[in-house]
Amino acid sequence: MNPQTLGARTNWLPHAVLWIGVFITAFPLWVTFVASTLTPRDIAQAPMQLYPGGEFLANYAEAWSKGATGTYLSPPASTLLLNSLIVALIVTFGKISVSLISAYAVVFFKFPGRMLFFWMIFITLMLPVEVRILPTYQVVTDLNLINTYTGLTLPLIASATATLLFRQFFLTIPDELVEAAKIDGAGPIRFFKDVVIPLSRTNIAALFVILFIYGWNQYLWPLLITTSNSLDVIVVSIKKMIGTGAEPTDWHIVMSTTVLALIPPILVIIVMQKSFVKGLTDTEK
Amino acid sequence: MQRRVIFNNKLLPYLLLAPQLAVTLVFFFWPAGQAVYMSVLQQDAFGQSVTFVGLDNFKEVLSDPDYRATLWRTIIFSSAVAIFALVPALLFAVMAERVVRGATFYRTVLVLPYAIAPAVAGVLWLFMFSPSIGIVAYGLKKLGVDWNPKLDGDDAMILVIIAAAWKQISYNFLFFLAGLQSIPKALLEAASIDGAGEWRKFRTIIFPLLSPTTFFLLVVNIVYAFFDTYGIIDTVTSGGPAKATEILVYKVYYDGVIALNLGSSAAQSVILMAIVIVLTAIQFRYVEKKVHY
Repeated sequence: MNPQTLGARTNWLPHAVLWIGVFITAFPLWVTFVASTLTPRDIAQAPMQLYPGGEFLANYAEAWSKGATGTYLSPPASTLLLNSLIVALIVTFGKISVSLISAYAVVFFKFPGRMLFFWMIFITLMLPVEVRILPTYQVVTDLNLINTYTGLTLPLIASATATLLFRQFFLTIPDELVEAAKIDGAGPIRFFKDVVIPLSRTNIAALFVILFIYGWNQYLWPLLITTSNSLDVIVVSIKKMIGTGAEPTDWHIVMSTTVLALIPPILVIIVMQKSFVKGLTDTEK
Repeated sequence: MQRRVIFNNKLLPYLLLAPQLAVTLVFFFWPAGQAVYMSVLQQDAFGQSVTFVGLDNFKEVLSDPDYRATLWRTIIFSSAVAIFALVPALLFAVMAERVVRGATFYRTVLVLPYAIAPAVAGVLWLFMFSPSIGIVAYGLKKLGVDWNPKLDGDDAMILVIIAAAWKQISYNFLFFLAGLQSIPKALLEAASIDGAGEWRKFRTIIFPLLSPTTFFLLVVNIVYAFFDTYGIIDTVTSGGPAKATEILVYKVYYDGVIALNLGSSAAQSVILMAIVIVLTAIQFRYVEKKVHY
């Protein structure tokens, strides 16, 4: 049977269903983008138009260099993006480096307490930050880390999933490679630098995508740890920009800031799509 | 568990483990221990004296009608999110597996919400469903639906469920797609030759073979709805109106950070930890099963 002719006959249904999926996914994003190009008055005019307006440059310029006004004076979006970028990159590279070396220790050495330490890292999977929120906040306060990049990032840097992934991968490195390196006189640090890191490249890329998105999208933790507006990350700032009723919301600024907040993580998963899928499916094993 | 060829070094492994262990001890074990410790203590109203009360905080929390209502609400919310995130994802994955032209385009678009922060997803849906300016709210009004999530608890719940499910579809879609690709093509071809239609093939071959993936995703989705939806709820409803969308993580935060009821919040944290442990254990049993399967 010729699969092509068979396909052509039944092919309209999958496309129809997938277009519904595309619509559900993209419609909220399109509405947000359109709102970011309208004047506040056009946004308030129900029903809002569904094609872009003429305020694109004006709105983005205002969001970028001024930010929202009202009860909450947000920093300009340029500062917010920088804060988010710093936090996301510290969290991503922190998690990757810390996990690489601890997985290396657990796999390539034998020492008293090895399994105990491994389980101590593993069990942190079961303690998401939302669960231990208050005591963790207390610890960060005691260490005087409120309103610092250290307080924002350090508590998020331990990673059981990344450690597990690297451990799994290190176990597959052939013994011959280690023996050859030892015969050539390479010590553990040399072997790590010249063999293990280069071999781990695809795994590092896969984790980079997942962890960057994780770091960029943090909400509850930065909300608690920063009380000064200048340290706000973009996700938290958007929420603060939305008025609670007493003060009208600057929707045109909120929407253009939202679009700016969406660009970096979306760019990362589109550009690194292969790594993204690998990272997602591998870290859940 | 261990490699045959290893390096001999007494100090180095400890140095390599030190950073991760330090962070783990200070920011995971110490606070978790504190939560357990505080959960058996009672502080007086002025913070002057502390007494050991055993399991009283737990008894109080578990017999509190507010807490029970929140627990029940969390279960409804999580089940709804799981269903509305799993069913469409499975449908889209089955269809995406069958198309050739445009496959990359569909996949790329459907995966986008994964990159979006829960709090930002909340803002998108809040905006579209805002009673005064939202475009969907406008459409509902035209259809004669009395929509107001700011005043009506059910409307608010529907809105947070939609936003939470929308964001999770991408994740489920990718896992279903991976599951579908691992189903042997010969099996499906044999069924076709025997005259089975698409629906019959789905019901008798595809769905049963996907069941490990489905079960795994069910647990992951429940964990997601329990813990990762804080940002959505905070931006869309702040737990309101009148606590209609307050789920367990939101209550822990509110009782601890805003209402400063430390003993109760700590007991709630410990209960939540127990829930995560159970869910994670179930999830790992699945992984074990998959190895045998």
